Amino acid sequence: MAVPQSRLNIYDAVAANRWRTVALVAVFTGILIALGYVVGEVFAPGGGVAMVPAALGLSGVSATASYFAGDKLVLAQSQARELAAGEEPQLRNIVETLSIGLGIPPPRIYLIDDTAPNAFATGRDPKHASVAVTRGLIDKLDRTDMEGVIAHELSHVGNHDIRVMLLVTVLVGTIALLSDWMLRSFAWGGGGRRGRDRGGGGIILIIAIVLAILTPIIATLIQLAVSRQREYLADASGALLTRYPPGLASALRKIAADKEALEVANKATASLYFANPLKDAPRAMDGLFDTHPPIAERIRRLEAM
Amino acid sequence: MEILIPLVILAVIVVFVISLYNRLVTMRQRVREAWSDIDVQLKRRWDLIPNLIETVKGYAAHERQTFESVTQARSAAIAAAQSGSPEQRAQAETALGAALLNLRAVAEAYPQLQAVQEFKDLSENLRDTEDKIAFARRFYNGNVRDYNTTIQSVPTNILAGMFGFTAEQYFEMTDPAQREVPKVSFS
Repeated sequence: MAVPQSRLNIYDAVAANRWRTVALVAVFTGILIALGYVVGEVFAPGGGVAMVPAALGLSGVSATASYFAGDKLVLAQSQARELAAGEEPQLRNIVETLSIGLGIPPPRIYLIDDTAPNAFATGRDPKHASVAVTRGLIDKLDRTDMEGVIAHELSHVGNHDIRVMLLVTVLVGTIALLSDWMLRSFAWGGGGRRGRDRGGGGIILIIAIVLAILTPIIATLIQLAVSRQREYLADASGALLTRYPPGLASALRKIAADKEALEVANKATASLYFANPLKDAPRAMDGLFDTHPPIAERIRRLEAM
Repeated sequence: MEILIPLVILAVIVVFVISLYNRLVTMRQRVREAWSDIDVQLKRRWDLIPNLIETVKGYAAHERQTFESVTQARSAAIAAAQSGSPEQRAQAETALGAALLNLRAVAEAYPQLQAVQEFKDLSENLRDTEDKIAFARRFYNGNVRDYNTTIQSVPTNILAGMFGFTAEQYFEMTDPAQREVPKVSFS
């Protein structure tokens, strides 16, 4: 078995993710400001500027909230409970051992009572990280498979991917919520009265509606682009950590063969998981809206190592 | 205005040197932190040994030589930790690993012992600790490699020489299970 020659330096990945975090928050703030400005113009011509501080404030609040409490939110939504001391000693050993290999403190371990095999990691940095696995993962995988999955998740922790993914998840949620709210208020005709009086207002209203529809789609695409690349990288660094790519490949094969969907997962949290938990049928826009790279391709890359 | 240009160049050089120096300090610190991970696990292994020997003794009292060699290897490893170089320490720990492997091989011959819960727990603990030693070593050696490469590369090597950053030693422990080459006899 050939081990990849170039060592993926964890510290470089961390530095790259720091920039990515800043860039992401900037992009989302920009989107929020644009949304706020157009909404302001619709309701009162010239009122767009007044909405900018509000948009800034909102983006600040949601970014801060997701940074500090997002992991608890995600874990609660997934109905995960923390493992008690002495519970699942083998899983705990694997997590501790691999954490030593990555040089990070062992994260807290959570269990999701669901028979669909899957796992995710979340948190804001390695010191405040959690790994959640489902009951099905523990039951269906053997030790080497499990080591592969945990190594993959711990790479997300070590690379600070978890922070980027958490921020993206919550910020995309905020934007989706706002656009939804905008469309509703247009439907109720808040700005419509004035808009119909003058031609210019109508154009702005159209722009606002288009923007309200497009921004959540753009935001989602950013989220997906961010998360798919990340999965390949975590597979590679996970395999590098265990020095045994076939373990991870075998885990992926078993998970692909399992047709059960994870009930506690939803569209917002799907991109956090080890493998797509929704198991939805392929659509026409296949590829563009996938949260995860195809499992066959992930296995192929692992086998090529 | 002309006087500003050399000043700017000087400032750029100073900033560059400072950042290189700080990078070296950070990398050396990482090597030390990684070392303490190994240290913790090696100590944990020492702590498991007396109980393990006591348990095995209860069922295989006459395997005295095996116990003695493990106890000796353990004392040698502890002594090497206090006074020896990393190289000597690695040697002593490798010897301890080999002695432990032997002890476990001896224990295999006692089915009653295999059924004792305490022995099972100790064996599992020992296995877990040895896994952790292997991973801690890997992390440490990776950091040493990054650090050594940096202090030997241009232009950091000049700075490293000026401020006394010296290469760190790898911690190489050969796996006793792998090291034993089968003896082939043609006679």
